[in-house]
Amino acid sequence: MSRPRSQAEYLARLVPPSVAGLNRRSLLAGAAATGALLGTGALAGCGDSDSGSGGDAKSVSLGSNQSDPKPKDVIAKVMDGFKTSSGVTVNVNTVDHNTFQENINNYLQGKPDDVFTWFAGYRMRFFAAKGLAGDLSDVWAKLDGYSDAFKKASTGDDGKQYFVPASYYPWAVFYRKSVWQQRGYQVPTTLDQLTTLGAQMKKDGLNPIAFADKDGWPAMGTFDILNLRINGYQFHVDLMAGKEAWTSDKVKKVFDTWAGLLPLHQPDALGRTWQEAAQSLQQKKSGMYLLGLFVGQQFSGADLEDLDFFTFPEVDSTIGAKALDAPIDGYMMARKPKSKDAATKLLTYLGSKDAANVTVKNDPSTLVANSGADTASYTALQKKAAELVGSATEIAQFLDRDTRPDFASTVMIPALQQFIKNPKDISGMLTSVENQKKSIFTS
Amino acid sequence: MSDLPLIHADRAVPPPAATTATGGGRGRRLRLLSGTDRVVITLMVLVPLLLVLGLVWLPAGATVLLSGTNWDGIGPIGEIDWVGLKNYDDVVHNYPPFVPAVQNNLLWLAALFVVATPFGMFLAVLLDKELRGSRFYQTALYLPVVLSLALVGFIWQLIYSRDQGLLNGVFGGETDWYGDPNVNIWAVLVAAGWRHVGYIMLLYLAGLKGVDPSLREAAAVDGSSETSTFFRVVFPVMRPINIIVLVVTVIESLRAFDLVWVINKGRNGLELISALVTQNVVGEASRIGFGSALATIMLAVSLIFITIYLWTVMREDKR
Repeated sequence: MSRPRSQAEYLARLVPPSVAGLNRRSLLAGAAATGALLGTGALAGCGDSDSGSGGDAKSVSLGSNQSDPKPKDVIAKVMDGFKTSSGVTVNVNTVDHNTFQENINNYLQGKPDDVFTWFAGYRMRFFAAKGLAGDLSDVWAKLDGYSDAFKKASTGDDGKQYFVPASYYPWAVFYRKSVWQQRGYQVPTTLDQLTTLGAQMKKDGLNPIAFADKDGWPAMGTFDILNLRINGYQFHVDLMAGKEAWTSDKVKKVFDTWAGLLPLHQPDALGRTWQEAAQSLQQKKSGMYLLGLFVGQQFSGADLEDLDFFTFPEVDSTIGAKALDAPIDGYMMARKPKSKDAATKLLTYLGSKDAANVTVKNDPSTLVANSGADTASYTALQKKAAELVGSATEIAQFLDRDTRPDFASTVMIPALQQFIKNPKDISGMLTSVENQKKSIFTS
Repeated sequence: MSDLPLIHADRAVPPPAATTATGGGRGRRLRLLSGTDRVVITLMVLVPLLLVLGLVWLPAGATVLLSGTNWDGIGPIGEIDWVGLKNYDDVVHNYPPFVPAVQNNLLWLAALFVVATPFGMFLAVLLDKELRGSRFYQTALYLPVVLSLALVGFIWQLIYSRDQGLLNGVFGGETDWYGDPNVNIWAVLVAAGWRHVGYIMLLYLAGLKGVDPSLREAAAVDGSSETSTFFRVVFPVMRPINIIVLVVTVIESLRAFDLVWVINKGRNGLELISALVTQNVVGEASRIGFGSALATIMLAVSLIFITIYLWTVMREDKR
């Protein structure tokens, strides 16, 4: 749920919380709660369990980035559950979320905890390929309740699993039911319908699509979904991996389509934060908003119940509208855990529906990844979000989690902002991106 | 400068001092410096020297070295690949934010130098007149300097926000102060200048208080006007302070960073070299080689100013 974990988050580390915005924080906290469950003990690195793999370890360490009080508490509860079921104590090392992410390279090369919190996507596969993460194939043999999409998202380049998913949040187009009922709007299922609807909203005095990109990452969501709709999931993966050219006609088509939609977007997006854009939706000034489920942070009470969403409409009928961005948070294992046996046990528990149930019970702001969990206490919005992701054929992790972080932050953010500023010079912008990509990916 | 007396003290000791080194205290005690003194002096020289080497020159040298590599922060040092000047080539030819960053840094320097610094000096001169309530004005003007830059950024965010900000709220405009790349650099310069003025004002005021009043009296007796007294008497006398103010202005504009970082991480019209270095090096991005190349460029530019400064100061000392 807490989208800021990626791009914005790590760049925002230097910004004090007072400035960073309370709303996002609280979202993070919710997300952190789930994450906390996953990531409690990694930082310890204290050598209390020195038995080799297979030993009868009495403790295991978990490095957690869930530093907000609520998620931290949820992690503690999940770890209690693990202790009850296995008799193994978990030493949780909680580190500030931003610090954790900033130091991940050094952390994994030093003495990491046996198990640690992380995200699915390129960065997970990257650490796996570098030999900095442990193979979890045997854990996955014992897990059930996960769709193939989750398994795919947990698999490294070598076909083995390196990740246990815990929670996630989908990206979709959010709107207020009351506004749509009052005006008689219908959920669009094709791009044409979306364009027509947008034109109607404009006539009715609304911003059709709320939009903000001051922090650089929200526009990645728009690019991702258009790319997934126009070129499909595999192309997204290859493009993010640097295998496809940014100057190709396929990518151009994405930006051409986007340029066609830009007049429907809220103007002057580069000076606006996502919170402000979300508030324009909440204040009924905007008709819809493409964002992650965490948009709900800006809504409360009756407004929150009024919030609904639909998946981004189909653009190409041969591609369909079944793929989406749904970043997943979860756990990984260190390359050389002090006690592989205990770490495996912990990861198996973290992937079980028991752990998911503890999370659901203690943190209502989260979607748990295990479909076997008891989700009766979900809100209507949570239930619908879970169904949406459950029916997805492929799940992408978001641009900045699916590609090299250096490429995402130092190339894509300026490029997308350049496009929003000047949508006319698409090929010039893409040529620059391609040149920089070549330099970065070959280095 | 403080070590000058030491040098003299050293020279005062005749070479035969060597004989006392092993004398165990029986030899002639002509030394000006006792054994304890020498230990203290050695420590006083060594400790700062090691600190400077370890904390300044070693990292600076490492930065220059790393700028020739493509290191991503992962793996042993032995595996770092040398790529020569590729990073510099990329910075100049293949990195769109670089040119705007250089322009913005220069603009920053010009704005502080031409507007903010003279204005701060002007305010100092006014406040030096012992106006009524000058304490209050001093405090008010200096307050922005005391506030952390993150807080300053936040205050101006409240003023500049397009949809919810004070400026657009009061004047009913639709200007996208922080988002429009043609406008935002000026908006930020106002915020930076606001802070810089207070800083310069205080520095200069301290200098003015130190000017011998008899100089002014003498000038007044000679029938000099207020203006010419300032420009022909006070200003030249304040040369050391003027140099400090100049250096502070240059340093402030080279290291400008916090405000743009708080606003939008130094993107979209607010590129600054320091922000680009941070974007590339800090955090997950870990483009350490490339970021080091940017940092090295910044170091080279800073060295130019530092050299000029030191040269001026040393020439001053010789006189």
